[in-house]
Amino acid sequence: MDASVAMYVAQGIHGLAYGMILFLVASGLTLIFGMMGVLNLAHAAFFMLSAYFGYQMLAWTGSFWLALLVAPVLTAVFGILMERFLLKKVHAFGHMGELILTVGVSLIVLDGVKAVWGTESLPLKMPPILEGLVQIGGMQYPIYRLFIIAMALMLLAILSLVLYKTRLGMVVRAAVSDAEMVNALGINVPLVFMCVFGVGTWMAGVAGVAIAPILTVFPGLADQMGMDAFVVVVVGGFGSLGGAFLVSIIGGLISSYGVQFLSQYAAVLMFVFMAVALAIKPMGLFGERE
Amino acid sequence: MLLEVTNLNTYYGQSHALQDMSLQVAKGEVVALLGRNGMGKSTTLKSIMGLLKPRSGKVVFEGREITGQAPYKIAQAGIGYVPEERRIFPTLSVLDNLMMGVKGGKIDTADPDAWTIEKIFDHFPFMKERTHQKGAHLSGGEQQMLTIGRTLMGNPKLLMVDEPTEGLSPIMVKEVRDVLRKISRSGISILLVEHNLKMAMSVATRVYLMAKAHLGYTGTVAELAANAEVRAKYLEV
Repeated sequence: MDASVAMYVAQGIHGLAYGMILFLVASGLTLIFGMMGVLNLAHAAFFMLSAYFGYQMLAWTGSFWLALLVAPVLTAVFGILMERFLLKKVHAFGHMGELILTVGVSLIVLDGVKAVWGTESLPLKMPPILEGLVQIGGMQYPIYRLFIIAMALMLLAILSLVLYKTRLGMVVRAAVSDAEMVNALGINVPLVFMCVFGVGTWMAGVAGVAIAPILTVFPGLADQMGMDAFVVVVVGGFGSLGGAFLVSIIGGLISSYGVQFLSQYAAVLMFVFMAVALAIKPMGLFGERE
Repeated sequence: MLLEVTNLNTYYGQSHALQDMSLQVAKGEVVALLGRNGMGKSTTLKSIMGLLKPRSGKVVFEGREITGQAPYKIAQAGIGYVPEERRIFPTLSVLDNLMMGVKGGKIDTADPDAWTIEKIFDHFPFMKERTHQKGAHLSGGEQQMLTIGRTLMGNPKLLMVDEPTEGLSPIMVKEVRDVLRKISRSGISILLVEHNLKMAMSVATRVYLMAKAHLGYTGTVAELAANAEVRAKYLEV
């Protein structure tokens, strides 16, 4: 196999893996926004918090799998607590209040992790079974990235099943277009909100632990992911899961090939993509409202 | 009394949108709430439904106070709300829209009076052929029927319908009227907000007329029909 082709493929796998992580973060963000009208600016902070929880779990138990299982759940608990006890209180004051509150929470989380774990990059080691490369059809692929892709696809499948095949999913889809109406039909919408918030932060949490072995754990994690996830939600169309998925993959590939071919512009490519996409479709690729 | 609203006051920020509003609906009755645009008819319905929180006053349904409770609790108590501008779920199929109205997600098959999908199809035959079409693909009149059908699936004792004929063709207005009459004959009470006086008077037995956020006049349909002065004062533009 040609060395340059191998490099393209490897870079493609990197891009896909990053795209999947991006999707895990953005899907929660877009669902929460679609349903509750809240742009949760603390979402990326929860993603980072989960990476720290994962690091700590691994340090205590020595098990990556336990970290992957427990840290996101713990993160979801924090997310739910924020929704129940803080967001609800400011809801009456409109979206600006909610926006400011989530910024506040993200600042507290950011300083909190610095106070507890410091500002250095902490390693979160992947389990030995996922280390190294695997040979498929004469090409070598990094196992861990394939694992991330497989895991995200599995979560996407489960999420789609729940959304499109269950009553709860139907309620969530209805609430994305008109939560007040769902409430007036006799469905306990605040409870549904809590579930969606929990699942959304849980997925961000899974992404946080999953990406940590690649990027290590440091406070800056939130910034990078927050920006990219925001772009995904805007370009995909607020509230659209399918849009989030497609744009996450595109975004992952853009950032991966961008580093390879246009490294000095890599940082702005995502925003160029956003500008072009929004110039053509101002409400996002799959957006139904402004 | 099935529904008793007493001295309800609701605000939009500083604006006093509903002032000491009172009305009653008896069991089996069809009551129309009329008035010009912006007089507070929709605000009245929303305040009863808990979609707006009244600052003072009382809403009593079947002898139980429900003032300002969460909308889903008020719906569960037996009040069905059909909002203006239709508000179907555009991304859901016709069938799923109807299923959204079913409380607890399970259709009651034990109770012969409970609404089922088949009964809805009897009332609204067009839905049968379009079960799997998305709500967004229906016409305005069909969407209006769907919102009514959706709310009926929750077996309400009282149906509050907000401007069901707005923007509909004369033929569809007649259809909505016939549907409301049929619903009324099945024993469900109706509180109807309408701008179409003729349509309202052909369905309702009693009327309330609103003037600038408060109650202006109340009487039977016959009394209103005989009173040109009141009609001129509260209704004619």
